[in-house]
Amino acid sequence: MEKRATFSMGWLGFAFILPQILLVFTFFYWPTGAAMYWAFTLERPWGGGNEWVGFDNFRQIFADRAYWGSIIRSLMFAASTAILSMAFGLLLAVACDRGLKGYQAFRTIFVWPYAVVAPAAALAFRFIFAPEAGIFASLVKAYPEFWNPAQNGYHAMAMIIICYSWKYAAYCFIFFLAALQAIPRSVIEASALDGAGVLRRVFDIQLPLITPTFFFMLVISITDSFQDSFGIVDVMTDGGPGKATELLVYKIYFDGFRGLDYSGAAAQSIVLMLIMMVLTFFQFRYIERRVHYS
Amino acid sequence: MIERTPLLNLATYAVMFIGALVVFVPLWLVFVGATLTVREINTPELHYITGSHLFENLQAAWARGNLGGRLLNSLIMSLGVATGKVVMSALTAFGLVYFRFPGRMLAFWLIFITLMLPLEVRIVPTYAVAANALWPFQSMLDVSGLTGLIQMLSGIQIGLEWNLLNSYTGLVLPLIATATGTFLYRQFFLTVPDELLEAARMDGAGPFRFLVEFLMPLSRTNMAALFTIMFLYAWNQYLWPLLATPDRAGFGTTAVVELKLLAPTVSTNGGGTPDWNVAMAGCLIVMLPPLLLVAFMQRYFVRGLIATEK
Amino acid sequence: MAAVTLKSVKKNYGTTTVVHGVDLHIEAGEFVVILGPSGCGKSTLLRMIAGLEAITDGEISIGDKIVNELEPRERGCAMVFQNYALYPHMTVSENIGYALKVAGLAKADRMARISAVANMLGLADFLDRKPMQLSGGQRQRVAMGRAMIREPDVFLYDEPLSNLDARLRVAMRIEIRKLHQRLGTTSLFVTHDQVEAMTLADRIVVMNKGQIEQVGSPDDVYHRPASTYVAGFVGSPGLNLLSVIIDRASQQIRFKDGQAIALDSTHWPHLPEGPVTLGFRAEQAAIVSEGGLTISPHFSEALGPSRLLHGTVGAEQAVISIGGTQHYADDAPLQAEIPSNAMHFFDPVNGRRILPLP
Repeated sequence: MEKRATFSMGWLGFAFILPQILLVFTFFYWPTGAAMYWAFTLERPWGGGNEWVGFDNFRQIFADRAYWGSIIRSLMFAASTAILSMAFGLLLAVACDRGLKGYQAFRTIFVWPYAVVAPAAALAFRFIFAPEAGIFASLVKAYPEFWNPAQNGYHAMAMIIICYSWKYAAYCFIFFLAALQAIPRSVIEASALDGAGVLRRVFDIQLPLITPTFFFMLVISITDSFQDSFGIVDVMTDGGPGKATELLVYKIYFDGFRGLDYSGAAAQSIVLMLIMMVLTFFQFRYIERRVHYS
Repeated sequence: MIERTPLLNLATYAVMFIGALVVFVPLWLVFVGATLTVREINTPELHYITGSHLFENLQAAWARGNLGGRLLNSLIMSLGVATGKVVMSALTAFGLVYFRFPGRMLAFWLIFITLMLPLEVRIVPTYAVAANALWPFQSMLDVSGLTGLIQMLSGIQIGLEWNLLNSYTGLVLPLIATATGTFLYRQFFLTVPDELLEAARMDGAGPFRFLVEFLMPLSRTNMAALFTIMFLYAWNQYLWPLLATPDRAGFGTTAVVELKLLAPTVSTNGGGTPDWNVAMAGCLIVMLPPLLLVAFMQRYFVRGLIATEK
Repeated sequence: MAAVTLKSVKKNYGTTTVVHGVDLHIEAGEFVVILGPSGCGKSTLLRMIAGLEAITDGEISIGDKIVNELEPRERGCAMVFQNYALYPHMTVSENIGYALKVAGLAKADRMARISAVANMLGLADFLDRKPMQLSGGQRQRVAMGRAMIREPDVFLYDEPLSNLDARLRVAMRIEIRKLHQRLGTTSLFVTHDQVEAMTLADRIVVMNKGQIEQVGSPDDVYHRPASTYVAGFVGSPGLNLLSVIIDRASQQIRFKDGQAIALDSTHWPHLPEGPVTLGFRAEQAAIVSEGGLTISPHFSEALGPSRLLHGTVGAEQAVISIGGTQHYADDAPLQAEIPSNAMHFFDPVNGRRILPLP
């Protein structure tokens, strides 16, 4: 879509976009380019020259079992949080969309978790799941092996998945509810006249009509789980116990800033970028295929 | 619609009620935790009845986490990001939609590709740029040989340096270097009928007047939505402020980053049991501003979320 | 086929009342058009019959069954929506057959009935298309097919033609009427377009502000409007309405600007003395050389078969229609003669018709 009517002073238009271009160049393209350059060179931390090493850095990270571990953990984290948060978000959205008396109050409550700062939510859930205080402590007292996220990696993973899904379900809820409410009222009414009951309408009309939103949310929730998980992991588990919750971004941070391995961190960044770009590409394709009501 | 579905309605209310409990219980436990003493909270039982030490704990959290200054930092950063984003997005979208100039499509794509990759994946080099924002330009001078040329001609060694670490500029700029809001504004400007500009020009309005007196008022709801969403986004930031504010004694950091220090983990002091009551009080304080914002701006917030994610 | 009866049906939204106690009986097999401006409550009335809106008070029955508490699907109504409300993710044949699928009909029976309906509507070639790939007229037909296939007791149409262009609207209007002749199903059709109402209806219900102004045949509504509201709304242009004073002593009708014309009191024996509203149709006034009502035209509109002269009598507007090939100088005052049997009189306060034509 293009405008028919425009202003004639082209240079002025350029002046309007110049600040954005400068910012994007400095803080997006240059760092992205630097990451690529570092990924193919061996960078000495804090200056001191570098040498071209080709794909060595990539070979190295892919030969590293710890790296594969963090990829698998990230995928597991992405899949479980996507399933949990989308399922809850969708269920609550369908319930709210029925428009029963007082649903507005519930709608407001369901949005809250999204407004809760992620590290604060992380701290809250760490407290709730703490084996030394509160409800879990009493269970641990009775069955010592029952719960110990400080030492059992699966428990720690479960903890960050629950915390993240709690927060992210609110986000899914917002989108699913908006999609459900964008379905023209008359389509629902027509199917009611056609004899479809409430549940039948959900499965025959409403869910099929929001499939585009469903796929959109699936992609978004996977890419978001890569980037937004950092705060939760850092506050809850520090990537531990024993790397059991070290997700991709956390590992990049850890290798780059704690390990000062710029080249390895850069190579990991490039791999993550590629994953994100493939996923985003799918997402852009789906935007074109929205259902049109008319 | 007339519907006699008492069982289904009951089930629907049950679903909504359980959903509300799932949301509410963790928040309630945090609140209860913030009202207990250390001794009370570290007992192995479910605490669901409030104690009487809320204010002491809030005070302790406030003092220990230096939350006054930290909240101010968070506030300045969030306002900076929100304002910067709104202004920059509007200007850029205006330039892209209402003008024709060579390289416009290239600029369009350069800006919109930034939607694909979040800050987190290029975090290490971004940190290097923040340590010297003029590094890219210095490098370009070096590579093109201009540095040498200038040094030869004038005897001055060019060394550009601008350290953004421990500054509001450094906290804000990398976070607004994406196209999120630009996209929103572009979509909006494209829906503004051509006739409006034509009529405005007949009446003698130039570009600035059209932007300020037509497009800005027309996009007021969009602006409110974008502002709310960006404020939340900035307030929620964790990784970037964690890295961009190494000087904890001087400049400090944001309230959200500070939160972790209230409940030490293995990496901060080797573990040990935190003072959960104080940590939960800190949690409450840091949670509050965005919750209030969402409560008051829910309409804009929901709208903005949905609009900026495309 | 079933009769529909409404007994003092009311609808409130919060404190605003949109339908004030409507009574209406529709015979089985009748085609009734509800006519009124937007916001008059006509669509709400239709949606209450369908069960899409609950009624605040009163009683609706279809056939001999009171349906107040029944769900839409239990009422035996089918509805054609203004925006068609087709299911965008289903093909034409799935759209038409959905009601049968919900009812649990076997696939073979379903397909047979779908193709019968599709043939009747000329949709046989489009059965595998999605609604998005259809033209406006075809979508309209699919919406009709979806309603027809259920062989409902009552057809409800909610301004179904308003999204079509003028030519298609005329064609679909004729088709709907033919369909009704063939199927004979009780039909209720809501519109704001009086031409649609006149051409489709056995009876027209004119609504205004949530109340029924008049129920009658198209002829009744046009030639014997029950109120100034109906008079002004029906017909294009609407009835001319002028405030006059009846002077029985001198047998004159006096206008506000001082003019007077003769009152034929043998034709109007019961007309009361004093102020009333005089109405007459633009096409029933004849231009005469002298002795008529003087109208000062200021604007003429050529419609093809006729020409409308817009003018004033004192401060009030009046329109006269002349033949399409006749010309009239725009600014010269003209004399219009209104035959006694073309005059309508209304109460100036409540707008109701005073006397029926003798």
